[in-house]
Amino acid sequence: MTTPAISEAPVHTRSTTSRLLGVAVLVGLVALVVLGFFGAPEDDEQADAVRLIFVHVPSALLTYAAFSVTAVGSVMWLWKRSVWWDLVAHGSAELGVIFCGLTLFTGSVWGRPTWNTYWDWGDVRLVTTLILFLLMIGYLAVRSMGGDESAIATRSAIVALIAAVNLPIVNRSVEWWFDRTLHQKSSLTDGNLEDLTLFTLLLGVVVWSIFYVWAMIHRFRVGWLERELRVGDLDLAIEQRRAEAHAAGDGGDQ
Amino acid sequence: MTHLGYLLVGWGVSLGALGLYAVRVIQRGRQAAARVPANRRRWLASEDAS
Repeated sequence: MTTPAISEAPVHTRSTTSRLLGVAVLVGLVALVVLGFFGAPEDDEQADAVRLIFVHVPSALLTYAAFSVTAVGSVMWLWKRSVWWDLVAHGSAELGVIFCGLTLFTGSVWGRPTWNTYWDWGDVRLVTTLILFLLMIGYLAVRSMGGDESAIATRSAIVALIAAVNLPIVNRSVEWWFDRTLHQKSSLTDGNLEDLTLFTLLLGVVVWSIFYVWAMIHRFRVGWLERELRVGDLDLAIEQRRAEAHAAGDGGDQ
Repeated sequence: MTHLGYLLVGWGVSLGALGLYAVRVIQRGRQAAARVPANRRRWLASEDAS
């Protein structure tokens, strides 16, 4: 078995591991759609609207997971100045924003047939989730600013840690403010789900989780490559500036 | 099936968003990898790359 020469490195970010994960996601999605639409029984109260649980709850759980990873990555950046962890934090934040947006959207769509409203400003979980979403949009906005890489990483890490304070509040809000939410307590732990509904919900969580890992592998590599480009451009600019200064110095000596 | 419109919108947007993100991140990787010198694409030089 030979290791490919560096100069033969292909122009993509995939690997055998990411391919296997990608196949697992596709197979899992097919199974999830079949079970979600045709396997799991309808609910006595919500009828078929309950099938939105299979995309809403996994999105919510992966929101917690992705932003938790961002918080850990941010701490590691502030503590160790680890570029690896900074890239992990950034990639996970990007995915977390997508999952959080999907949580808000699917929850809103689900709310219309079950609560007769798309949104309720008095619902603590809805509002705290929206605040979390906006904070992490702010994180990505800080990330997109130009300037010193280290300063941007530090500023965004601070934003991430401020947002992370909101994570347990969002999660516990239905218990702390049970009289100010339309939400029920945890669907996974309340024991009211039928076997196939619970299985399909867990399948959704697994598929979403594998997708997260697959996407993180690619996103980390994209982040690494883009950083190499920025650093490479900076090195080139410094070399050009030195060459210009050297040429100007030679001219002054003559 | 009841509430089919809500189901199609909720599921469609979820799967669509994840699919679009997947395509976008692969495209970004290809574009960036094409511009970065090969000796800086560290993981691509491992046996895992194929």
